[in-house]
Amino acid sequence: MPRRSTSLTETPSQTAGPYVHIGLVPAQAGFEIFERNFSNHIAGAGPRIRISGRVFDGIGAPITDVLVESWQADAEGRFDGPGFRGWARAASDFDSGEWVIETVRPGAVAEPGGTVLAPQIGLWIVARGINIGLSTRIYFPEEAAANAADPVLSRVPPHRRGTLLAQKQGVEGDVQGYRFDIVVQGEGETVFFDA
Amino acid sequence: MLRNSPADPPAQDAPLYPRDRTRHPPAFTPDYKTAVTRSPRLPLASVKPSLLENTGPRFSVAELGARDNDLLINFAAPGESAIGERILVHGQVRDQSGRPVPETLVEVWQANAGGRYRHRNDTYFAPIDPNFGGCGRVLTDAEGYYEFRTVRPGPYPWENGPNAWRPAHIHFSVFGSGFGQRLITQMYFEGDPLIPLCPILSTLPDEAARDQLVAPLDMNAAIPLDSLAYRFDIVLRGRRSTMFENRPEGN
Repeated sequence: MPRRSTSLTETPSQTAGPYVHIGLVPAQAGFEIFERNFSNHIAGAGPRIRISGRVFDGIGAPITDVLVESWQADAEGRFDGPGFRGWARAASDFDSGEWVIETVRPGAVAEPGGTVLAPQIGLWIVARGINIGLSTRIYFPEEAAANAADPVLSRVPPHRRGTLLAQKQGVEGDVQGYRFDIVVQGEGETVFFDA
Repeated sequence: MLRNSPADPPAQDAPLYPRDRTRHPPAFTPDYKTAVTRSPRLPLASVKPSLLENTGPRFSVAELGARDNDLLINFAAPGESAIGERILVHGQVRDQSGRPVPETLVEVWQANAGGRYRHRNDTYFAPIDPNFGGCGRVLTDAEGYYEFRTVRPGPYPWENGPNAWRPAHIHFSVFGSGFGQRLITQMYFEGDPLIPLCPILSTLPDEAARDQLVAPLDMNAAIPLDSLAYRFDIVLRGRRSTMFENRPEGN
């Protein structure tokens, strides 16, 4: 049987612009409109973690109008775990540029072919001046063995791997803190993926 | 051994096609000044899509409100409506293989009819419309179709140059079924004379790609004595569908 698929071209990306908050986090734009809003908090079973960071531009200034979305597996390494949606959305503070996501610590993921992915969180970053969303990944510093075996992290040049590792911070209550600063351009530039 | 017919829908987590970056804007676009310091200098690291890209969040109708896709009234006082040209914007979300993308979240935001955004950082002196929020959201139906009602946004000046103006546009955010399909873009209006002058649309080097963002007037969908209509179809990254020996072809 011949393949019957057609071949279309993907709709091109455009910058999210300075007013992305209106559409995606209206409360931050300054008004309430929807009864239910998406948040920077992922519910689920497992150890709690909080990741905060800033996104820096090519002159070292924090990007204060950035929006970050995250996608991750649950604590057991499942993307479709029951009752779990590993997605969060966080806008940075307009003054400090700080964004925060609170979630569960993701487990290692077994791919269909048997490859095992180290515990990680995918990040997608959009803002004014970013023409197409930037994709990166957060890995965890205490997962040295899993990180060394990860098919992606192990292929990143060693001197750039550090840009993908969260920095462990203190514990507040039962929540382990991490810091993940992102450098869009210049010295210490974060690794971004075309995946 | 051929396991699935090519006509079958692909598994939800079948691998995504590589993204054709020549159809997208490059990161560094000096004529759009803000991009100069917000563009990576180093090349992107190419990696095979994993479950992190091939899966993505799903949303349900229960998370949305009944009027979320009606920008004419979703922020208006009872009995009131937004000021401006009433329009219907509709289209179909498909992937590159032409398959409809059902039940995916489409979010939109825009300026009001005077070109002013309801945003604490917008200081343009066109007035805020008290009955217009400027955002909406909807899930595509089982065949990938979506629609919403709104007013046609106005053009507005911005600080990219001494006399720079944005053409009328509506921002779109679309998810798809895999996080690697995530897309934010802007829809423009057929016939707008500001289109060829726009530094943001001009970040797209490919004319066909620019044209893909211009929604044609759709008189067949217009509602007589009520609203004009524009059609904006969206194409997301496709997925491999043919499985050989229980493994996606070519992997």
